[in-house]
Amino acid sequence: MFASKRLSKMQEHVPPGIAIAKSENLEEWQMDIKVLDDNPLYQNQTYRLKFTFGSKYPIEPPEVQFIECAASSDTPRPIPIHPHIYSNGIICLDLLSSAGWSPVQTVESVCMSIQSMLTANSRNERPPGDSDFVSYNRRRIRDIPFVYEDDNV
Amino acid sequence: MDSDGEMMSDVSSPDDFLDTQASDDDSLGDGGFGDLDTGFDDDNDLFRQQRNPHEVEYKVLNPAEVERERQDQIAEVSAVVGLSPELAAVLLRFGQWNKEKIIEMYIDYPERTLDRAGVGPVTEGRATTEMIPGFLCGICFDEGDDVESYAMRCDHRFCVDCYRHYLEQKIKEEGESARIRCPGNNCQHIVDSQSVELLLSGEIRDRYHMLLTRTYVDDKENLRWCPAPNCEHVVDCSVKKRDLRRIVPTVQCACSHEFCHGCSLPDHQPAPCTLVKMWIKKCEDDSETSNWISANTKECPRCQSTIEKNGGCNHMTCRKCKHEFCWMCMGLWAEHGTSWYNCNRFEEKSGSDARSAQAKSRASLDRYLHYYNRYSNHEQSAKLDKDLYLKTEKKMTSLQSQSGLSWIEVQFLDTASHALQQCRQTLKWTYAFAFYLARNNLTEIFEDNQKDLEMAVENLSQMFEKPIPELAQLKVDILDKTAYCKKRRVILLNDTAENLKNGEWSFNVEW
Repeated sequence: MFASKRLSKMQEHVPPGIAIAKSENLEEWQMDIKVLDDNPLYQNQTYRLKFTFGSKYPIEPPEVQFIECAASSDTPRPIPIHPHIYSNGIICLDLLSSAGWSPVQTVESVCMSIQSMLTANSRNERPPGDSDFVSYNRRRIRDIPFVYEDDNV
Repeated sequence: MDSDGEMMSDVSSPDDFLDTQASDDDSLGDGGFGDLDTGFDDDNDLFRQQRNPHEVEYKVLNPAEVERERQDQIAEVSAVVGLSPELAAVLLRFGQWNKEKIIEMYIDYPERTLDRAGVGPVTEGRATTEMIPGFLCGICFDEGDDVESYAMRCDHRFCVDCYRHYLEQKIKEEGESARIRCPGNNCQHIVDSQSVELLLSGEIRDRYHMLLTRTYVDDKENLRWCPAPNCEHVVDCSVKKRDLRRIVPTVQCACSHEFCHGCSLPDHQPAPCTLVKMWIKKCEDDSETSNWISANTKECPRCQSTIEKNGGCNHMTCRKCKHEFCWMCMGLWAEHGTSWYNCNRFEEKSGSDARSAQAKSRASLDRYLHYYNRYSNHEQSAKLDKDLYLKTEKKMTSLQSQSGLSWIEVQFLDTASHALQQCRQTLKWTYAFAFYLARNNLTEIFEDNQKDLEMAVENLSQMFEKPIPELAQLKVDILDKTAYCKKRRVILLNDTAENLKNGEWSFNVEW
């Protein structure tokens, strides 16, 4: 409903390190992001984010997660290793939850937040309980009761 | 025995942060436990006149009274600090409704308090929507001089449509009311009720107000909803969370449901909340299976894993630790030599050691089952008594016609039935409580009291089941027994509550 105007606005100007990979409709977009500094964990890599917009976007947060493209494809896209990113691409980030979301946020501001989340990280590890979470989680991303306990990474 | 009129103030320090309930209006005299009538005839502002050690002071409020209490507090703070009632409400919610503390904080540091509460700088004037030239809504990106927009004091301005959708989403989908923040990114400003009034109408606004009242009850430690289905009452009791180690605050709602103000579970006197939780958890884990385990399994003599032998020979190899032993004598298999299929080595040392370890673990299971069986027996009997209670009414009518007694005169059955329910409930929890008690002189007294009550209850229960024609003759007897049961219950509860309050009990677990 509100989404069209703000999404088309995004296409006019895209911040550095961020590129639109797919934006044919207003239900799902894919974005490619890169880190802007020389963090060895993520250097020379491009990652793909999938945005799914509900009918209430931007009052409700979009669903955002990393998706994988095979290493053999034209555009290899792995899931970045990060203590807040599960190996199935689900991201534990406060601003993507109902409570942390503000309708003022945009696709580009979310991308930039995730960029800086990667930039600031120095730990080459997955979240604790990654394998259990990946095999058992069937909930929608915004309903997962993440605990945002550590703001350092 | 004296009832302790000042029990609460003994336990809570008067200058506690959350202690907002002034208790100067209580007029509790000392008295014995002559008050055996637990019936309530008035749900308004009724304090019990006489209080036993196991009873606490409380008050039942209906929804209108809760709302009035809330409004009174808002009005008071609003008048003292000179803010609008809407902002005073935000402040109060921030300070968990501790009036004195809020007023003090506001007077000392007005700006910082407002800021932390999410009120922000206060400016004059009523909230209105505006049309501002060159406005661009940060949510829908609509722009134009004719777009109606709204901003709170934080000056994050959005178009009225977006603001409305945002509030509707928060109220309807997320059930929020008191903690809705400004839609602006990272803005901590709380949307006050004046703004909601301005932007929303009808059903959704009513829902907002309902949720607000609800958060009031949720926020205040001394208020608790009656957990009975469809009951809208709230019980006000000033027992603090940290006092729950020493008090079991049982209250009775106007709907007659008796529950614990500390944890909302049905009345669980004499056991304190923490032990009740431990017990319930233990029973969930253990009870169903432990009987079967006790009958069909043994533990591995080395790693204590529980093993079921489902066929085969006596040579056991533990799946977990690979220990090899004989199922019959529990001794090392290596010592068995060639007598593979029948064990005649019962007296060997390795076997008897293993068996004594086994016996120990069995003994602890047996101990648990001892208490559990009695606990669940009373639970079961209470259910049966309840069925009986439903038949009581029928009994009373037929008793009336057969014996020529009046309706008032057959009320004794109703009283007896209620007493049975209550005593069984208490007995049930005495067993959970006893499970966690370390043995000493006090437990002997406790067990005597328990035994007396149990005998009284079983006697009454037995009489209660007599055929109808006999009941009329037993009236005096039943009345006596009912009174006796109630009295034994009060004695037991008072004794336990006194000891709990004074920290006299010793337990076999940390809690």
